[in-house]
Amino acid sequence: MRKNTLLWKLFTIMLYISTFTFGGGFVIVSLMKSKLVDELHWIDEQEMLDLAAIAQSTPGAIAVNGAILVGYRVAGILGVIVSVIGTILPPMIVLSIISVFYELFATNPYVSLVLKGMQAGVAAMILDVVLGLGSTILKTRSWVYYSIMIGAFIATFFYKVNVVYIILTSTLIGICLVVYKQRVGVEHV
Amino acid sequence: MIYLQLFICFLQVGMFSIGGGYAAIGLIQSLVVEQRGWITMQEFLDLITIAEMTPGPITVNSATFVGIAVAGTPGAIAATLGCIFPALFLVTLLAYIYDRYKDLSILQSILASLRPAVVALIASAGVSILLEVLFAGEAMMLSNLNWIGGILFLAGFLVIRKLKWSPILVMCVCGICNLVINTLLH
Repeated sequence: MRKNTLLWKLFTIMLYISTFTFGGGFVIVSLMKSKLVDELHWIDEQEMLDLAAIAQSTPGAIAVNGAILVGYRVAGILGVIVSVIGTILPPMIVLSIISVFYELFATNPYVSLVLKGMQAGVAAMILDVVLGLGSTILKTRSWVYYSIMIGAFIATFFYKVNVVYIILTSTLIGICLVVYKQRVGVEHV
Repeated sequence: MIYLQLFICFLQVGMFSIGGGYAAIGLIQSLVVEQRGWITMQEFLDLITIAEMTPGPITVNSATFVGIAVAGTPGAIAATLGCIFPALFLVTLLAYIYDRYKDLSILQSILASLRPAVVALIASAGVSILLEVLFAGEAMMLSNLNWIGGILFLAGFLVIRKLKWSPILVMCVCGICNLVINTLLH
């Protein structure tokens, strides 16, 4: 693909994804996964998870960080710029329009019914993405990774542990594993 | 100069909000409402409501909203640039490092441990949204169950999984169905 075509495609995809990102950074990660991994095959699944982990553990919005990482991965520095502009334009435009008559918007029952219904679609999409990603983790056949997944879910969902600690703990486990493997010389843990 | 002030204020928001939107809310409140008085507390609460109903990260939404309130469209641009500025440098640097060194065994091991955690985080976000759809913050009892939302969720899941519909199309169809069904019922 020619560079300009690629950049334009990246821009329109991020514009499209960002327009439909209601509620939280993980919604955009799920959308990126279904578009960039499953549909276009620009990024593989493991890389998408790595990028999501980096986006989550650095300052700033997950959506913007994710856009930077994906943009860099697809088309270098120019890709970063194009991807970020594509991501921030929709919320900027929508907010500019709505801030003029926001009381009307925030109290309109029809608007809230549509949004409520869209949430059901968002939950369905996330379930689909989690099943796909979860089966990748299950294929590792490693009790360490199973435990991280279950432990992280319990910590974040039931105990509302700050995401930063979950990322730090997982990083530490990763470091311990590599040290352990080098010392003992085992291939599988 | 007001544009510079907006830029610097949201630069701090961009720099110190780690781990998602809710960490940013407290920071924005203290910087924008309490320290500068650019918007009132009531306006801030409206802003949070709107930010949740509209696409995009809460930091970008707030930057646009506050920027417009203080200095019109140029203000919105200055504030938004401020909040993405730190990430633009830091995350691009990390993207470069990832690209270059991801095959190192230590990074491989760290990333392999992070992947299951990220799946869990996505799952947790999904379950929270699902519970919000089904019970809207009420106690989890059958009498509070939003049947329509539940059916839309199941139908949406099947259509994405089995028929490979685009998730965005499914979201839009769910939104319209919910409006039509509820309007017809009441």
